[in-house]
Amino acid sequence: MSSGLSLVPLAGKPQNRKEYTSDQEVRWCPGCGDYAVLAAVQGMLPTLGLRRENIAFISGIGCSSRFPYYLDTYGMHSIHGRAPSIATGLAVSRPDLSVWVVTGDGDALSIGGNHLMHALRRNVNMTILLFNNRIYGLTKGQYSPTSTPGKVTKSTPAGSIDHAFNPVSLALGAEASFVARTVDSDRAHLTSVLLAAAQHRGTSLVEIYQNCPIFNDDAFAAEKTPQGVLRLEHGQPVTAGDWAVVEEGGRLSLSPLAGAAPIIHDAQAPDPSRAFALSRLAGGMTPVGIFRQVERPAYDDEARAQVATAISSRGRGDLDSLLRGPDSWSRD
Amino acid sequence: MTATVLRTLDRVVIRFAGDSGDGMQLTGDRFAAGTAVSGNDLSTLPNFPAEIRAPAGTLSGVSSFQLHFADHDVLTPGDAPDVLVAMNPAALRANLRDLAAGGTVIVDTHDFTKRNLVKAGYPADPLADGSLDGFTVHRADLTALTVAAVDEFGLSRKDASRAKNMFTLGLLSWMYGRPAEPTLDYLSKRFAAKPALRDANRAAFTAGWNYGETTEAFAVRYEIPPAPAPAGRYRTITGNLALAYGIVAAGDRSGLPVFLGSYPITPASDVLHELAKLKHFDVTTFQAEDEIAGIGAALGAAWGGALGVTTTSGPGLALKGEAIGLATMLELPLLICDIQRGGPSTGLPTKTEQADLLQAMFGRNGEAPVPVLAARSPGDCFDTAVEAVRIAVTYRTPVLLLSDGYIANGAEPWAVPSAASLPVISPDFATGPNEGDTFLPYLREPDTLARPWAVPGTPGLEHRIGGIEKADRTGDISYDPANHDKMVRLRQAKIDGIAVPPTFVDDPGSSDLLVIGWGSTYGPIGAAIRQARAEGLKVAQAHLRYLNPLPADLGELLRRYPRVLLPEMNLGYGYGGQLALLLRSKFLVDVQSHTQVNGQPFAVHDLVEVIRTQVKGDR
Repeated sequence: MSSGLSLVPLAGKPQNRKEYTSDQEVRWCPGCGDYAVLAAVQGMLPTLGLRRENIAFISGIGCSSRFPYYLDTYGMHSIHGRAPSIATGLAVSRPDLSVWVVTGDGDALSIGGNHLMHALRRNVNMTILLFNNRIYGLTKGQYSPTSTPGKVTKSTPAGSIDHAFNPVSLALGAEASFVARTVDSDRAHLTSVLLAAAQHRGTSLVEIYQNCPIFNDDAFAAEKTPQGVLRLEHGQPVTAGDWAVVEEGGRLSLSPLAGAAPIIHDAQAPDPSRAFALSRLAGGMTPVGIFRQVERPAYDDEARAQVATAISSRGRGDLDSLLRGPDSWSRD
Repeated sequence: MTATVLRTLDRVVIRFAGDSGDGMQLTGDRFAAGTAVSGNDLSTLPNFPAEIRAPAGTLSGVSSFQLHFADHDVLTPGDAPDVLVAMNPAALRANLRDLAAGGTVIVDTHDFTKRNLVKAGYPADPLADGSLDGFTVHRADLTALTVAAVDEFGLSRKDASRAKNMFTLGLLSWMYGRPAEPTLDYLSKRFAAKPALRDANRAAFTAGWNYGETTEAFAVRYEIPPAPAPAGRYRTITGNLALAYGIVAAGDRSGLPVFLGSYPITPASDVLHELAKLKHFDVTTFQAEDEIAGIGAALGAAWGGALGVTTTSGPGLALKGEAIGLATMLELPLLICDIQRGGPSTGLPTKTEQADLLQAMFGRNGEAPVPVLAARSPGDCFDTAVEAVRIAVTYRTPVLLLSDGYIANGAEPWAVPSAASLPVISPDFATGPNEGDTFLPYLREPDTLARPWAVPGTPGLEHRIGGIEKADRTGDISYDPANHDKMVRLRQAKIDGIAVPPTFVDDPGSSDLLVIGWGSTYGPIGAAIRQARAEGLKVAQAHLRYLNPLPADLGELLRRYPRVLLPEMNLGYGYGGQLALLLRSKFLVDVQSHTQVNGQPFAVHDLVEVIRTQVKGDR
């Protein structure tokens, strides 16, 4: 598989975290999960070995969307929900860039739902970090499209009556070629998923469970315990502790490990239905890791190829002959 | 062969009208192409319903194409047709009232059945009840003649009868001495993959031509001598094609790859279609999921150093407002083309209007000034596009270009410029620090107030931009009151300081009235002034391309005339027309507004009447 970074120039010398840290003061609330993600990204980027100026982070609006200010790369803090569309234009016109989108559950799934869906469908070469804290933080605590039903917030004093999105299910339904889920507090897992996402050619969606200590504290308390998560590893049986995921009649469920025949995780399966079933596994354990990682032509590669083919087959266009056209006449 | 009389005319207006499936637009296009080759000046007005195939035979399904050609320069498609070609009863009924007194009607009688007459709302057959008295009427079953002419090609009856537009074109081409070869060549190319259709359409055209030549029905042929024109190379061009070519030319002259992000919308889609064919000019077209993503992607591409362009119309401009505001904050070059149509909301998708000016000027939250330019004619869309890009790149700003449905779809002969004659546009990308060893992304050029265009991939210039207020010079986030005040004023000063050429005034001397206009009203206003002057009225004309900023000499110019008249295709919310509102407010001049919002361009005779009233009337 061609790497998502194969056209991005390399630095050619070792880099460190400090080079990726901007001079801006980080202004998230104390205890915010965003700090952990920032630290993981600042630690991961030097390992990619890319020229720092060839990395671009684009965000929308929300707490997490302040992210680009804190990285010493090129960055754009854009408008609510639109980051995937801006990233699409950048990625199509600049194959030499590593393009990242930082977004939240409100930004990506509510106001920007349409752009997210179509970026995934097109498979534009970019990595989308979806910080999911299941709440609106920047606007001070309204429910979000991933808030659990019944959630009492400022805008839902009688409890939310919205059904929640499952971002991984949604991404798989939108034909995404790379879908993963990880947790802010698990630095090693977060880093490994981010590395794989960056190297994937096409759109990578990484849902990051992220704690908001102010408006939705401990929303992911269960996922932060070893008993709460199931780690997906490609080619490995899906088990955790005393539990295994088994298939019966096409349905996945949790079963005691003893005597069970765990399914083997296949992130590269052409058919996404098992990944979809895993993304919404019931029973109190949340699968994390890479659900799906398949090869599919990237939109930006194909768009550039059409231009290159047109130029090579027709020759670089001549403006004078275009303007004259086939039906011109001359007056003396 | 009968002895036909050859009569010389100085101008003719023909309207082809039929069902929207009858191919009237193609017929008109080809007649215009033949007319251009004949050396006449011309102007066209396509008029079609928003529905692709409205119910056949009904008034709502009528599609028409009007063409004005002459031995002198013409400025409009003409108020009233001299000749109406009606392919069915509905086409006759919908268009007859526009026909000039004593005009000619050519009718395909094939569909004048009881059922179709009822569909068109005719209580009795207008061909028989005297309704057409006073007109010269040629009636023939053009459909049957066509079917007979293409019999040998084995087409279905439906396909055979569809060639009736080419039969009609052949007949009219004979009548007006248009050359046959260009259309026959065109048909050969268009139907190259379908030999039967190719041969049938060519045969239908030729049969129509021969029908005119051999039947006694048509005793007169007309010739319209060529119009004088400066030496050079010409072609016919529509506004949308000229706009697309202007964008390509601007890419060529700036060395920037073009990136168009667009969502299909009438009447702007043809710009997307044309640019999609021009990938070999390093043009990328992206059909986005919506209007917002269209401009978003264009802005992303602009950040990356491409010439970012988005095209839209009607409600699409409203959806783009948020991103235009962002582009204003980011201070990146971006071209937004609005092909105005009737509004509000979905409005009249295929009809024209100039009612987006205030939205173009002010339609963002906060104060987000952008340059606004308007094209005056089909060919002028080319120059306006090149100029809009020059401003966008030079001043690092989004620029709004206003066209409208009238000039977007209308065609005229266009003096083809040479590429070398077009201005060179210099992107002048930032390559290194601009203040000692540091890079300040919002440090401005003193003369233009433009900030550096530092594209990702440039080493040492890594920086962050965004929609939150920027600190002067550094571009850091700033909530400081004094800084915000400074930045709002700086952004305004940058746009106000854009160098705009002085206003050209066409004044034969000591005029009592200045008629000023903007955009597509140029043709009708010019034609009306020509007529008014022929009546001895003293009238001056000025037409604005630059609507923001306005030319520096405009205030003085407006004050120089006892009266100023401004015709606009908008209502101006009760403040007079939209530009009138702006001019009155900015210059405290009592601009007289004349407005029209019927989805059609101004009729010249109406404007002449308004001018007469202004000059002679209530003084």
